[in-house]
Amino acid sequence: MTTQALAHLSNNAIYSATIVYALAMLAHMAEWAMARDLTSETAPTPRPLVATAAGGATAAGPLRRELASSGSDDDEDVERSDRFGRIGLGLTVLALLIHTVAVVSRGLAADRVPWGSMYEFSITSTLAVAVAYVFLVRRYQVRWLGLLVTGFLVTVLGIAVLVLYRPVGPLVPALHSYWLAIHVSAAATAGGAFTVGALASVLYLLRSRLEATARAHPDAPRRGFLWSTPSAEAIDRLAYRVHAFAFPLWTFAVLAGAIWAQYAWGRFWGWDPKEVWAFITWVAYAAYLHARATAGWQGRAAAYVALLGYATFLFNFVGINLFGSGLHSYSGM
Amino acid sequence: MALRPPSDRPADFARPPDEAFVSSEPTEAGPSPAPMSPGPPARPGAPALRPPELARWSWRQLTSMRTALILLFLLAVAAIPGSLIPQERVDPSAVTIWTDKHPALAPLFERVGMFNVYSSVWFSSIYVLLMVSLVGCIVPRLRVYLRAVRARPPKAPRNLSRLSAYDTWSSDEPVALLTQRVRELMQAQRRRVEVYDAADSVVVSAEKGYLREAGNLLFHLALLVVLVGVAVTGLYGFKGSAAVISGQGFSDTLIQYDEFTPGARFDVANLAPFSFTVKDFNVSWKSSGAGQGTPLTFDANLSVTDHPGAAPYSYDLRVNHPLEVDQTSVFLVGHGYAPVVTVRDGAGKLAYSGPVIFLPQDNSFVSYGVIKVPDAAPDQLAFEGYFFPTASLCRGQPCSVFPDARNPVLSLIAYQGNLGLDSGASQSVYVLDKDNLTALKTTDGNPRALLLRKGQTMQLGKVGSITFDGYQRWVKLQINHAPGKVIPLVGVLAAILGLLGSLFIRPRRTWVRLRSVEGRTVVEIAALDRVSGGDPGAHVAEVAGRLRRAATPEHPTARRESDATNRAAADDEEKL
Repeated sequence: MTTQALAHLSNNAIYSATIVYALAMLAHMAEWAMARDLTSETAPTPRPLVATAAGGATAAGPLRRELASSGSDDDEDVERSDRFGRIGLGLTVLALLIHTVAVVSRGLAADRVPWGSMYEFSITSTLAVAVAYVFLVRRYQVRWLGLLVTGFLVTVLGIAVLVLYRPVGPLVPALHSYWLAIHVSAAATAGGAFTVGALASVLYLLRSRLEATARAHPDAPRRGFLWSTPSAEAIDRLAYRVHAFAFPLWTFAVLAGAIWAQYAWGRFWGWDPKEVWAFITWVAYAAYLHARATAGWQGRAAAYVALLGYATFLFNFVGINLFGSGLHSYSGM
Repeated sequence: MALRPPSDRPADFARPPDEAFVSSEPTEAGPSPAPMSPGPPARPGAPALRPPELARWSWRQLTSMRTALILLFLLAVAAIPGSLIPQERVDPSAVTIWTDKHPALAPLFERVGMFNVYSSVWFSSIYVLLMVSLVGCIVPRLRVYLRAVRARPPKAPRNLSRLSAYDTWSSDEPVALLTQRVRELMQAQRRRVEVYDAADSVVVSAEKGYLREAGNLLFHLALLVVLVGVAVTGLYGFKGSAAVISGQGFSDTLIQYDEFTPGARFDVANLAPFSFTVKDFNVSWKSSGAGQGTPLTFDANLSVTDHPGAAPYSYDLRVNHPLEVDQTSVFLVGHGYAPVVTVRDGAGKLAYSGPVIFLPQDNSFVSYGVIKVPDAAPDQLAFEGYFFPTASLCRGQPCSVFPDARNPVLSLIAYQGNLGLDSGASQSVYVLDKDNLTALKTTDGNPRALLLRKGQTMQLGKVGSITFDGYQRWVKLQINHAPGKVIPLVGVLAAILGLLGSLFIRPRRTWVRLRSVEGRTVVEIAALDRVSGGDPGAHVAEVAGRLRRAATPEHPTARRESDATNRAAADDEEKL
């Protein structure tokens, strides 16, 4: 295939992937909506995130078991909610495949790694988000993250297509180095994991508030999709695992960047705006890991710190790329 | 600093109190959570703190996790202004522009070090405090760890069945045989094993995951190594830069540098005696289509002589491809245009001829520069203005529409008078001191703008003439000497290794209690993780499966089943 054809394929695949993610998002919305009137009679039993040899993963939908005893109308709603959830996941996997085609063909068209501009970094790091999510669904049954994840993917890919798009182009000389593959792939993967971690933290905050309200009003009915997610504690644990995976990767990305900077510009660290914000993100997530081990900071406070870290990551990607100056001016904007 | 492994459970979980503690000081108030600072031990009516107590209390405060957390936040916040306000050390000209734009704020910002955030007192004090806090935390923990590293696995809790990961069964085999089997199994899994004999039972205690704390300590120590390494590199090295016009040479002597910042311990006499000539410099830009004008390549072809008398060799200097001579590195960091001009004075005598370095102002390579002609007589001459590589008109203003020199035009204003070079004060070659200079004006009194195309000569009346002969390119070179830069590199690798260890190694304790009851042996097994993320239940199932399989005679079906269980258990154990 010619370069032109590959670039064309990549563009079409990104449009398609965005649309399929949007359909998946709609399905997850329906999943939540179907569950809005469902009540759980008993306190929600924390669902284990890890399928043990004894427990095993059940194929049943999240609400089914808890509500099996409730009336037939509810049963129907549970069934429908679960069906939409499964449709959402199926569409997400389909979109992920198309998305992969888009990123790979973009790289082939450019004959290099597909992360040389802001548009390319966007489509690659969102792929990392989607892969991380599907992996976590397989391993820890986190389909309850589906709405947030697909919503995020649609938003970012939409912005990438509408605002950030740049045609396939050559790399500026500063990026002619194998360090580009090492430094940026680590940053993109870490960014993808930070995203999933942040979404899990958001859900944790919602769920823990729900549980706090329920504790305050033990007699109030427990309605809605959120009651079918695992307990706040289990979500928090998942968020921690994802962050604990992302943090060393981010550390590596920053340090690999420093080594590359020494090689390209003759200094490890020069307080370039991008470097400053990478450092701030690193410090914020380091604070998150420490907060989890500090009395009075566990739980909600730590989750807010994680979200703060994510905000600094986003600012570095959006704010510094678009409005900042400095040596990392590769956005193509 | 807060060195505690980020754990999901309270710190004193299944650990002797001293190990759970960050501070080496025991608290008076019993088992309060470790990182919680106990606060000044002053109660109402109690006498005030005496200095030693105060000092100890302050030290404990400083090395507490909470303080470390606050310092981390402060560090993050303090780093922000430096990314928004131009920094002297990153881009001095941007600071000048900013200062001109904000005359009211600038003096205040100057005073609080806003243009030098990362070397300011307040930024430095935050990270110095963080480092002190870190050291104050590492040292006691290192001591604790060194003690713990040889520690034997602890005795079993009295009631194993209370642990969530628990299994029990009875066996025909004698206690001694089972003890041996458990011990071998645990050792094969590289667990540390200790057998405790009690009156009525034997307990095999096993523990794994001592390296988590080692990784944690290694990570934090490695951070110090990185910082020390960078400091040492700066102390014994230097940073410099030089602009070299294509065709000209550079030798590593102080006078050839435009900027030179030696470390405190660097002796200028130690400059490596290398030299090189920039034989030619090639640059290309994308000439059409999307992204037109983005740079594609730039590389300089050098002829290098390592030391006087050595045979010269050629070297292709590019971004990401620096030249290394004697631990001194030469980096290609920028380039620009040097218009070649010939200036004759009023008498028609040749006063200057050659290239003059102009500084690029933006991506279109519109370049600003100053031409000083001290040899012109009777008045000295000077020119100030812009070089447009591909000149055009944009909204009535001259501009450059492409970075390459497709239509080079020089736009200058001429001055005559005294350049002020004799005063002895040093002058930048890029700045014109106009105190004793007057601009040549047109008849209507405005400064006369000279527009020169390549090859054109402009007569300046009786004052002289200027010819724009063409242009050459120059390269901006960053020249650094960084001895011992391998130290931070080693630190970086160690930090990542330590971080991985501290996040992914999960300490786990396993106990197997064997009791002889009415001729049979009752086996109890339990496991406990000291950090979350693992699945001790799967581990217990796996160990129990193996022990039972070893006990029962070989049975093909049973064996296959238990293999499957073991595989599943092993899979689970690999999970995050």
